[in-house]
Amino acid sequence: MSWFQKLLPPKIKRRENIDAKKNVPEGLWHKCPSCQAVLYHSDLEKNLSVCPKCNHHHRITARTRLDWLLDAEGRFEIGAEVLPVDTLKFKDSRKYSERLTSAQRDTGEEDALVVMQGSVHALPLVAAAFEFSFMGGSMGSVVGERFVRGVHLAVEQNMPFVCFAASGGARMQEGLLSLMQMAKTCAALTQLSQAQLPFISVLTDPTMGGVSASFAFMGDVVIAEPGALIGFAGARVIQQTVRETLPEGFQRAEFLLEHGAVDMIVDRREMRDQLATLITLLTKQPAVAKEAA
Amino acid sequence: MKVTFLDFEQSVAELENKIEQLRYVQDDSAVDISEEIGRLQKKSQALTKDIYAKLTPWQISQVSRHPQRPYTLDYIEHLFTDFEELHGDRAYADDAAIVGGLARFNGQSVMVIGHQKGRDTKERQYRNFGMPRPEGYRKALRLMKLAEKFGIPIMTFIDTPGAYPGVGAEERGQSEAIGHNLYVMAELRVPIICTIIGEGGSGGALAIAVGDAMLMLQYATYSVISPEGCASILWKSADKAADAAETLGITATRLKTLGLVDKIVSEPLGGAHRDYPAMMQAMKKALQDVLKQVQSQSVDELLHTRFNRLMAYGKFKEVEV
Repeated sequence: MSWFQKLLPPKIKRRENIDAKKNVPEGLWHKCPSCQAVLYHSDLEKNLSVCPKCNHHHRITARTRLDWLLDAEGRFEIGAEVLPVDTLKFKDSRKYSERLTSAQRDTGEEDALVVMQGSVHALPLVAAAFEFSFMGGSMGSVVGERFVRGVHLAVEQNMPFVCFAASGGARMQEGLLSLMQMAKTCAALTQLSQAQLPFISVLTDPTMGGVSASFAFMGDVVIAEPGALIGFAGARVIQQTVRETLPEGFQRAEFLLEHGAVDMIVDRREMRDQLATLITLLTKQPAVAKEAA
Repeated sequence: MKVTFLDFEQSVAELENKIEQLRYVQDDSAVDISEEIGRLQKKSQALTKDIYAKLTPWQISQVSRHPQRPYTLDYIEHLFTDFEELHGDRAYADDAAIVGGLARFNGQSVMVIGHQKGRDTKERQYRNFGMPRPEGYRKALRLMKLAEKFGIPIMTFIDTPGAYPGVGAEERGQSEAIGHNLYVMAELRVPIICTIIGEGGSGGALAIAVGDAMLMLQYATYSVISPEGCASILWKSADKAADAAETLGITATRLKTLGLVDKIVSEPLGGAHRDYPAMMQAMKKALQDVLKQVQSQSVDELLHTRFNRLMAYGKFKEVEV
């Protein structure tokens, strides 16, 4: 601060600060948390939020995910009519109902899963995506019910089902009801199987706990995004239990591939093409025309 | 066996101590003090009844983890005959935290599977405190498939703090092992009867707890996360475990109201560990009844009911969009 600014009365000082902020529009620049490269926000977005320098896959919202995945035409949402309730009247340092309201305000979503019917390269499918910024993408009754409605529609319409997981696990604030969503989602998938319809599970950063330990690994094909954290127990809990340093890259997508837990790691920019190829192969359809690289 | 008393039972412990001393004195005393002993025993019972009539969820959680509580192998010993334990997942190891095998229940073939904790330090370590690794869940899955092949009903006993959080467990696919069980149990073509006998610890419990009937002992608990774990995440302090236990709704009565448990099996006064014979009798009766009930349905009916029941889990509201 210069000597001149120090002399100014506080009112004028504040005004100057506001003006200074206005000159730099918010969110123009973005610093990659992985390689520290400073990137243009628009460049990053054009690259599907993958860092052009180091390939770091940034977390994206559920709607952005589905928007980038699905063909522009013929999409509609499934299960938006299902909304959360606070059955247990759960209260920790804050009430669950308050947490819900603020999550809804902050994310613009009603709960942590968005499901849509649409198509990829003109192949019809039902796709679900977790909203991680909604209470850590935690799975409660609404997530379970929307997932199941998506699966049922896929069975009815004879379409594959694709799910992009991004979740810390079960939603504690719904107690045992949330644990039961693990059983519910898995049970729904048996119907998809009986109808010989593919379920492709994509594990994105992060996929942990009750979501990881239910439908996530039940995909006919299990895909992970590069660098995604995937596991059952959190690293901190494991460290407290075993009291030893965890191996390099523990619970990362590459670690899981090496240990035979996932089929492949797919770059977000190739996801549409890969899904289309897998679906056509599984359903014995001819190859589809893809976008020019 | 000398009963271990919990913190909130200290007044009972003192009385029982006094009774013990009087008994010792009586042996070499000319005066008959049996009347006094009888009076104290009545008092001790009344006191226990009082305490147990108003247990808090956190206290129930202590009872569910009582070191003398009957474990899966105790139920197997008392309620089943011809138990033939089967070992291993055929891929990696035999996990001692889950036991299972063929047995007879009232003469009928059944497959019994359950978590197993240990009694002393050595056995606790051997059983890994009842915390299974993927091998345990895969062994359970193998035994369930075996039961399905021969049309044998399955009874599972749930009693675990949770699935083991270890490096090896993660490397060998703890998540996949649990998820796979949930998936297969949803469509397994034999009756599955699940009983929570102690601690129902999250996904590690659920992995052998999907079925046609859900029984729960009076002082057992079943929760998405341990009260301590919940407290340390949401309150940032494990000291708030009692509050967490309260709000999580982990007790049999609360879960029955929520429709997640079908039947509560009553425990003897002071908990299952205070009277094994009475506990076994109550359990036998409960299992008998529910087995008869699930076996009265055809397999297709059974699967239909099981599926609808799974789909009905959850509470939400619906609006017009």
